[in-house]
Amino acid sequence: MATFKKKKKDRLLTNEEDEDGVSNPIMAGEADSVQEIMPGGGESSAAETVSEDQEAQSLLQTLKKTRKKKKRELDDELISPKDDLARELQSLKKKSKEKVEETFRRESEEEGEGEEEEEVTVPEVADDGTLPMPEEEVAETAKPVEGEEEVSRIKKLRKKKEEVEETPIEPADEVDAATPREATPPPSPPEPETLPEPTPRTTSLRARMRSRLEKAKEEAAQEIREVEKENREERQERLLKGRRDKRGVTRFDTEMDEAELERLVESKQMKLRMKKEQPKKEKPVYMPTTEEAYDFFTRNFEPELVEEPVVEKADTEAEEKKKKEEKKEGEEEEKKEGEEETKEKQEGEEEEKKDGEEETASKKEKKEKPEDEQPLLEPEEDIMFGHVVMCRAEYPDPAEIEKKEMEILYVPSVKLIPNAEKVFDQQQPRFLEEEGFYVGIRPQTSGMNQNKMEHRLLKEAEKGRLSSKKWFGEDGRILALPDPLRGTPSRPPVPEEPEPHLETVFRHATMREYNTRYIDGAIEGGGHYQLDVDINSIIFSHHHLFSREHVLATRLMQLFEQYIIRKKKNMAEYLTEKLKALKNSSLHLRDHIESHRSEHSDADRTNYQKRLTDYKLEIRKTRELRDQEEQADRTLLKNIIHTWKEMKAQRELQKYNNTPLKLQIRKEEVEKKQDLLLWKQEIEDEIEEIKEEYEDEYYRKMHIYSEELEKYNKQQEAKNAARIRQQNKGRRGSKQRRQSTGSGAASDTDQPVSEEQAQLDREILDEEDLPKPEMPEPFEEGELREKITAKAREIRRRPGEPKLHLELTTTGTVTATQQCPRGEQSRREDVSKCKVFVKVLFNNKEVSRTTSKLLSQDFKVNFGQILNLKIVQWPESIKFQIFENSGFSTDLLAELFAGIPEVSVTSQAVQIEDMEFSSDVKIQHNHEGVGSGRPFSFGSKGTDTLILMTTGTLTASVAWGVNDNGVPLVPPIGPGGPYNIFDSMKKMDPVAAIGAAGVMDLQKLAKWFLASRLDPNDPNNADLVYMLRPREGDFGQLLPSDFFRLEQLQEEFDLVPDEEIQNNRRFQLLELRDLEVLDFRNFKMVPPFDRELARDVFVEYDRKKREEQKLKQVEDIESHRAAIARFRQRVREQVMQRFRVLAHQKKLDDVVNEPAVPNVAMIGTSLMRVLERKRPMRPQRKERKKITAQAIKGDEKEVKILVNILRAGDIPIRMALSSRTAGGGGGRPDTERKGKESLVRPFVEVMFQHNTVKTSVADGPNPSFNEELELSFKAPNDDYSPSSLQQVTDIIFLNLYDEMVVNILEDDRERGTSIHQRIEKHWLGSLKIPFSTLYLNGKIDGKFTIDTPPILLGYGHEQTRGELDLIINHDVRTTLSIFMTIEPPLTQPEHVKEKFTSTEHEKLLAHAENWQRNFETKFPQREILTTVIDVNGKSVFVTRYFKPLHPPEEFISKGEQSAELVARYVSLIPFVSDSVIFAGLCDIWSTCAQFLMMLSGDEEEHAVLLANYFLALNKKTWLIIGSAIPEGPTAYVLTEEQDDFWIWNAGTGKHFSVRDSNCPLQVVGCLINSENIWANIQQYEKPAQMSFVLNDSKCWSTLFGRTFPSPGLGSVQPEALYYFSTDKVYVRDLQEKIEQMLKNKIMDWRSRHITRWNRHCTQIIRKLLPILEENLGKPVGPQHLTELEQQFGSYKVSGFPINLPFTELNSIIESVYATGVHAQESREIEFALAVYVHPYPNSILSVWIYVASLIRQR
Amino acid sequence: MATSSVFLVNVAGQIETGEFQEFDDLYCKYCFVYGPDWLITSGLEESISQITKKSEDERQLFCWNFPLDVTFKSTNPYGWPQLVVHVYGLDVFGVDTIRGYGVTHVPITPGRHKRIIPVFVPESSSTLQKLTSWFLSNRPEFVDPRVVAQGEGREVTRVRSQGFVSVSFNVVMKDMKKLGYDVLPSDLSTVNVPENVGVQQGRVSEA
Repeated sequence: MATFKKKKKDRLLTNEEDEDGVSNPIMAGEADSVQEIMPGGGESSAAETVSEDQEAQSLLQTLKKTRKKKKRELDDELISPKDDLARELQSLKKKSKEKVEETFRRESEEEGEGEEEEEVTVPEVADDGTLPMPEEEVAETAKPVEGEEEVSRIKKLRKKKEEVEETPIEPADEVDAATPREATPPPSPPEPETLPEPTPRTTSLRARMRSRLEKAKEEAAQEIREVEKENREERQERLLKGRRDKRGVTRFDTEMDEAELERLVESKQMKLRMKKEQPKKEKPVYMPTTEEAYDFFTRNFEPELVEEPVVEKADTEAEEKKKKEEKKEGEEEEKKEGEEETKEKQEGEEEEKKDGEEETASKKEKKEKPEDEQPLLEPEEDIMFGHVVMCRAEYPDPAEIEKKEMEILYVPSVKLIPNAEKVFDQQQPRFLEEEGFYVGIRPQTSGMNQNKMEHRLLKEAEKGRLSSKKWFGEDGRILALPDPLRGTPSRPPVPEEPEPHLETVFRHATMREYNTRYIDGAIEGGGHYQLDVDINSIIFSHHHLFSREHVLATRLMQLFEQYIIRKKKNMAEYLTEKLKALKNSSLHLRDHIESHRSEHSDADRTNYQKRLTDYKLEIRKTRELRDQEEQADRTLLKNIIHTWKEMKAQRELQKYNNTPLKLQIRKEEVEKKQDLLLWKQEIEDEIEEIKEEYEDEYYRKMHIYSEELEKYNKQQEAKNAARIRQQNKGRRGSKQRRQSTGSGAASDTDQPVSEEQAQLDREILDEEDLPKPEMPEPFEEGELREKITAKAREIRRRPGEPKLHLELTTTGTVTATQQCPRGEQSRREDVSKCKVFVKVLFNNKEVSRTTSKLLSQDFKVNFGQILNLKIVQWPESIKFQIFENSGFSTDLLAELFAGIPEVSVTSQAVQIEDMEFSSDVKIQHNHEGVGSGRPFSFGSKGTDTLILMTTGTLTASVAWGVNDNGVPLVPPIGPGGPYNIFDSMKKMDPVAAIGAAGVMDLQKLAKWFLASRLDPNDPNNADLVYMLRPREGDFGQLLPSDFFRLEQLQEEFDLVPDEEIQNNRRFQLLELRDLEVLDFRNFKMVPPFDRELARDVFVEYDRKKREEQKLKQVEDIESHRAAIARFRQRVREQVMQRFRVLAHQKKLDDVVNEPAVPNVAMIGTSLMRVLERKRPMRPQRKERKKITAQAIKGDEKEVKILVNILRAGDIPIRMALSSRTAGGGGGRPDTERKGKESLVRPFVEVMFQHNTVKTSVADGPNPSFNEELELSFKAPNDDYSPSSLQQVTDIIFLNLYDEMVVNILEDDRERGTSIHQRIEKHWLGSLKIPFSTLYLNGKIDGKFTIDTPPILLGYGHEQTRGELDLIINHDVRTTLSIFMTIEPPLTQPEHVKEKFTSTEHEKLLAHAENWQRNFETKFPQREILTTVIDVNGKSVFVTRYFKPLHPPEEFISKGEQSAELVARYVSLIPFVSDSVIFAGLCDIWSTCAQFLMMLSGDEEEHAVLLANYFLALNKKTWLIIGSAIPEGPTAYVLTEEQDDFWIWNAGTGKHFSVRDSNCPLQVVGCLINSENIWANIQQYEKPAQMSFVLNDSKCWSTLFGRTFPSPGLGSVQPEALYYFSTDKVYVRDLQEKIEQMLKNKIMDWRSRHITRWNRHCTQIIRKLLPILEENLGKPVGPQHLTELEQQFGSYKVSGFPINLPFTELNSIIESVYATGVHAQESREIEFALAVYVHPYPNSILSVWIYVASLIRQR
Repeated sequence: MATSSVFLVNVAGQIETGEFQEFDDLYCKYCFVYGPDWLITSGLEESISQITKKSEDERQLFCWNFPLDVTFKSTNPYGWPQLVVHVYGLDVFGVDTIRGYGVTHVPITPGRHKRIIPVFVPESSSTLQKLTSWFLSNRPEFVDPRVVAQGEGREVTRVRSQGFVSVSFNVVMKDMKKLGYDVLPSDLSTVNVPENVGVQQGRVSEA
């Protein structure tokens, strides 16, 4: 068989060579590779081959075994997708083959040709290689054959190997020959022309081919399987390895693609053709059966059926290719396994290839046959169109159709399918929801549709598709929701140990100054900035390619440089000269001292002596220096010469010169004699000097020595003596013992002395021996001389030695390279190869690099390049990296940092600088180069080794670029001066910014400054001088300032000094306006220039200030008042300060106008409103909208005070005088009548801010006015803000007058014709309402008691006339019903609800707050207090204010009356609203002591004081917090009398019974005393309707009860009040002063008339006033009046006393003016005025003023 | 010149358009807020515009074209006038409600300027109030629209953005330079930055 094969091969070869010798280029390449392997194998000897053969055999056997095994495994295992595909393919192919076979059979019948083709088809099936069944068979049958084959093959191989040597290229040729065949088949099939050629041979070849084919196929199949197996395994294994074999695969792949493409085209063509052919073929002559017909219509005819052979062929071809490809792979793999086998395989392959080719060829033949038949079919076409057979239409049986339809059609039912059917695998349906899993909400679908779908799906499943399983869920329902479970675990498996590459690494936080890094803030900045980097050259001072000579040469050069420098300086010479000069001067000085010794004073002498020693010192120093210099010079010289010598030696040794260096030494001959002289003199001088010095020292030492010696001797002596004594004593002691019996007395006397002595001796002996002083050594000249001479010899030119001058030239010749030995040559070659370049790194980024330049032989590189860098970032670093490039490698030699240039450094003016660098790269050469970082030695001696590193100098510069216009391209720099890196730091650090960075201790700095004698005037030192402020302007004494300025740059930004602002009146004005000083708060249009400011702007303000100043300097007569005012001022300032901040805080309501949320009440009322009547019977006032200050424009007319005067009651009527005189004067019937008719004609005049309006005149004592009066209101500075308004102190006066018409007609005769009357108004009483009360309450509404004077001459109450009891008469008070409000309503200052700091216990506070809040929600109207603010602005518990305090002594003893007295006393303390004192409404409670001190206070202060007095008087007392008219919220005092409760108004001193309905107190909020607080929880709040049984818990709720007992709070009140009696003289003075002033004022007011004063009357009234005071302001008894009346019977007197607490004069005047007494126009009128000031303790003064007008009656 | 020196600022312009997403039938009011050193010499300090409906294109603009023309006299740039614009409109129930407050300074340089003012309204302080205010057509408003021109007291309010009003200004000035105020870049003289920062002037020379 083998021989046959061989033969065949040969023949084939020739054949194919004949046929076509065209070689495929690709294959040719492959052949090359094969060839390459061949010689490798060919090299091995023949002997080796034998053993190799054996090896191969054994290998083969093992291979076989493994193959089998693997095959089995594979068969079991393989169900890979590839297999699946293969299976499908197979099934397809099977079908198609059946078809093909059919056609074949038919054709064969026609052709008569049979067997061969059929036989061919059989292996074809096997050829598929994928059909498992035949494969198995083939494999099994092939085994024995294969075994044989292998053996034969090996035999063949052996032969072959012998041949190989001779024809190594042959197999390649074979391959070559094979390839074109292989390549050609694809296009061939459609071409029948190719066929004729092989046909002649087929007959002869066919038999052989067939057999070979079979075998080849078997082999191939096996091989493929094996290879595939292996491949698969190996591929998996080698996935990670580099796939070398892949390359081959891809090459084939591409080829295949091409082939496939071609085939695709073909197949398409075929398809087309087939389509045409198909119908022809199918068209039967006979009628088709029904089935066939049905098939015809229903089945989808696949044209592929007929086409299949082609596809198959293509498949086979592809498979062939695949095989090949795999073979190739396998081949390569096996190559690795063993070369032996590769050879073997190759051969096998070659055969296989051939086989394969033949196979394909045969296939081609076979396949082309059907196509050969084509012309046979063609006539059929003609036939088809030629004969038409007519037959009747066939009608199918409907039943049958139905039956058939039943088979095909399926109507899904809508019935529900039991779940069990839908669950597969006989499982029970599982309901996840019941198990507690979350099941989503299924989309809504109708059940019917769902069932239909399910049916459909199940039907499909029935048909055999298993896939329908996935349509149903576990519960048997159709799946409608996404599976909530994820296919993959959402959390990756976490290994126990952290993976190394996933470990977290801590990195320090780094600052990212993104923006600041860019000059213009961003990359796309506007500016163009450029840095020019000039890299000039590099000179290496050592390089690893240096030869030894180079090393020496560089050293020599360096030394010579030094020499030159030193020579230039010539320090030795200089110092020698200096020495000489010094010696001379010292000599002079000494002479001078010697000669003038007698003349000098002591001081001079010491001075000279000092100078002399200074000289000496200087000389010594200089000499030392000179010696050093000389030594240095000499060693340098020596070194140079030594190096030169070494170099010469080196040159000699190596026999060539590398460097042109040449040292020339010139000798300068000197006279030896002179030299010697100098030399000796020098030495002598030095010796002399040292000697002198030494002698001094010697004397000193000797002195010390002698002293010490003396001491030493003394000590020794003492010690000796002591020792002797002790020895004696010892002896004596023993003696004593012996004589003790005998002479005890003697020893007794001796004993104490010896004791002391012994002690002393012991001490002396214990003393440390002083060291024995040593004699100082005397001066030894000889030794010294020797030393000095030796030194001189060493460092100095010896006498007679020629002076040496050195000169270094580069005139030497460098030996040509050719003449050098090999080592040197290679070194030089290396040098010439070496290239150097420099990289420039800007901010650590490479931005540019120079071209790489060759290193010259003298190790210099000249670049001369200027690199321009355009920069966008701030330069942080500029770095040069020097790289060396020798051959292929590039080494970094060194890195250098260049400084960032200053702004002024531009490329036009930059100095190139040298930068030294060195590298630590270690390089060693095997030639003459000495290397770097490696030890080497010189020449033959080789004793001293050197290690030199590559070093050198880079000459470069960095500068800012300049553009064409010469403008430097420097980035803009802040004002901080020239830019450098530390600028940013400077910004942070002010100390650094002023140039004293890092200075820690300023004291030290100052010291240093002094020590270093810096010039303080040098601008460079300005920073330092600034830091250290000169003391007293003396720059010599700089001291650090005691403070450190935080904003030391602030001064720079001050536009003008502060003084200028203070002096500038405009700035002052602006400042005051900003501070909201009252006068300037709303100042408008402050002029831009100081000069335009009105002169009198500050006049008023200054005046006020002056007044304040005046207050401070006490000089007023009212000294006490002044003190009070000061105190008040202080408190006021404090409180103002506190509230200033609060004043500017706003609430939402201030800013946003938001409607309130309707609550039930609101809705109720709004509902009520619908029902309520349009015009109610009793209209109520509606709350008006408040207007904010901003809304009010400065129009004067805008804000008004509306006063509605309704009615008055119990107005006194004119009486007495008229009635008495009625009988006397008959001439006055008119008056009489009038008096009877209208007892009084009252009207009300309202005065406010000196504006008056009045009502019309009414009639009778109980008139009804019902008039509305308007008064305009003007706020100070048009500022209508609450803070401003509440400080308005203006008072609204409501005066009640009686208008009287007096007939002044002189002549009775004219009575009938003319009327001449005078209207007089008589003051009856007044009502004062402070504006603040009106403002704070919004409105005042009610019936008020008018303050009527106790005595009103000429008037009396109506009741007096009726003879009723007088007691009632006393209580009658004139009342006035008014309603008063501001239009438009102004916003009221809100209560400051701020939490004040408190020292109270937190628990208590919390409880109180809770209690209060509870109450407030229930009774919002009723006021309640628990804590109040004291003068210090702290919250204090209100009960702390109560404590019994004794009133002044004089009140206590009065018994019953004392209560009223005390009340009067309290009421006389002036009343000032807190809101006036303490702007910003907050009620400040001062203690009683403070109150008395300030002498002014609010209601609560009065009330508290009164309550405390009452407590001291043992009354049960409470403070009432409530509201009254007209004050609004206020405080009253409640006392318990026998069977009644009295309510006291502390402000007026009046008291009312609880039952009194006229009591001004309207609402009782709570009662307070030191023990508790009672809140009113009764239905009513008017005292008259209330119960005052405090235990009644239904009526009163207490703060401290059982749940929260009183903690027993201490009082804030002082222990006792301090009273002092008022100065009587002062009171008298004041009295006179007031009287005088009032008189003057009245005269002023009525300046049109002469004011006459009735002295007599004044006298009488003056007597009256003290009585009134005694009577506590109550109407006095009639006896006083009668007296008065008697006195002035002839006068018509109208007058009244006014009682006022004294505050100041102005208020008195105001009050008097308000009464309008002066407004009497009558000419005959006379006035009487008396003033009485009653002093009470603590300068509380009650002022009585009696004003009366008298008109003489005629 | 006897009278004190002042500078004049004339502001002419228009409240041109407004952009509001969900409203219609809007009108606007304006007023100027200025400091104590300012005075209006001529022109309207406050005025109220016509009601406008929004345009029916996609821009949905409210076009008022409401002219402003006012001349200020002042001595001090402090309190430079601010234009406060407040926009009102009818709500669902036909009740007049606030639609936005906005403020801008009158440009401080002469020339033509255009400003787009974002406007806002105060929010109800609670959800309940929001509800009732809607029902009762009673939106919270600023007590004084001038509040938007000042910094004080703003912290208590919460506002919601509503839209934009665009205003154009033509500013003419007189005598600013005379009083030493440079508002134009061309007026600016070179600023001298002291060289030796931190050193008191004259210290060196004094020494």
